[in-house]
Amino acid sequence: MTTLPTTEQVWAALAQIPDPEIPVINVVEMGIVRGVVIEGNKATVTMTPTFSGCPALHLIREQLEQTTRSLGFDQVEVKTVLSPAWTTDWIPVNAKERLRQYGIAPPKPKSEQDSLIQLEPSPTRCPRCGSLNTSVKNTFGPTLCKAIHVCNNCQEPFESFKTV
Amino acid sequence: MKSEVREALIAKLTALADDEVILAHRASEWTGHAPILEEDIALANIAQDELGHATLWYGLRQQLDGCDSDQLAFFREAGEYRNTELVELPKGDWAFTMLRQFLFDLYETLWLQSAKNSSYQPLADAANKVLREERFHLQHTYAWVERLGLGTEESNQRMQHALDMQWGYAQQLFVPTPGEDLLVAEGMVPDLGAIKTQWLEYSTKHLQNAGLKLPINPGYQPTSRACHTEHLWSILAEMQSTARWDTEAKVW
Repeated sequence: MTTLPTTEQVWAALAQIPDPEIPVINVVEMGIVRGVVIEGNKATVTMTPTFSGCPALHLIREQLEQTTRSLGFDQVEVKTVLSPAWTTDWIPVNAKERLRQYGIAPPKPKSEQDSLIQLEPSPTRCPRCGSLNTSVKNTFGPTLCKAIHVCNNCQEPFESFKTV
Repeated sequence: MKSEVREALIAKLTALADDEVILAHRASEWTGHAPILEEDIALANIAQDELGHATLWYGLRQQLDGCDSDQLAFFREAGEYRNTELVELPKGDWAFTMLRQFLFDLYETLWLQSAKNSSYQPLADAANKVLREERFHLQHTYAWVERLGLGTEESNQRMQHALDMQWGYAQQLFVPTPGEDLLVAEGMVPDLGAIKTQWLEYSTKHLQNAGLKLPINPGYQPTSRACHTEHLWSILAEMQSTARWDTEAKVW
């Protein structure tokens, strides 16, 4: 009889799954995996969507299911929850640093803003040269979670992870 | 849940989802055709978000009646859709599209802010989720209204023309769905009257600051979401054609 893995081992296995669109951080660091519960030979993994229209969600769900199943469970269920709502505050500091090294300005700490419009958000630091002299070129970028900026110091365009 | 409340909630969720699906499709019509690349990308993002929101609203309905969101989106006839006429109007020029998106985003953002406190927890959770994304839309279209309204004589005229056309249509966003009063009484959804007051105050201020005049005669104001313009038939013919050609298709 084989021994089934512990919840910690399941978490560790899931942390090997890179985010499909931003492979320098994994789906656990991204805050997508919310819980792992083992009952007998059944594992239940709870996930939450990042952006509700993100096309990578289907892939992530499949990968969570396959990875968990490959650990030897007979039954695997992947549940989706919306609460608490996903926030970029869940991304750990070291993962944010990896984002920066990858060329994506990491998300800032989320402030609970009540105003409908925030037209002048605090400047985003250029991930290449570190300058704060940057401008937003587009609130929307190549994926739902990113915006496009340009650095007025080093003249390079760059992406930032939206603060959600 | 009482059956009449359940029915009313199904009607409301359908209306929410249908607005998002049709508006998303209208936004997606600009893909590859927007005035500049950045805006092409932005509007494609907005369309994708709105589809995500529709999926959430259909998902909440599914918990109540087991419906299938693909069936609802791709196999209903126009007469069964419950979107407002505003979102089905042809995309028009860039001013028309940006103004409509602004009027809708403002309504949606205000509604979501209030719906976060819904006594129906699944709705409260979804509203809180969607609101975080919707803010980016409003920020974007708010800026476009200002940019075009205060831009050139031509851009101002185009915005004014769009406003004269859309203002009456936009009022339909605040017409309750059948049984919505029951939901309001239960604290499940915000009172649309209160949302409309906020919307009028906020939109009037921004439109006027952008050099636009509110129409003295708002013109046609649709009421029932069961009625549609002829444009819904043609948009559905395009949107649903692939699904109807091959109902077994799993990957498009």
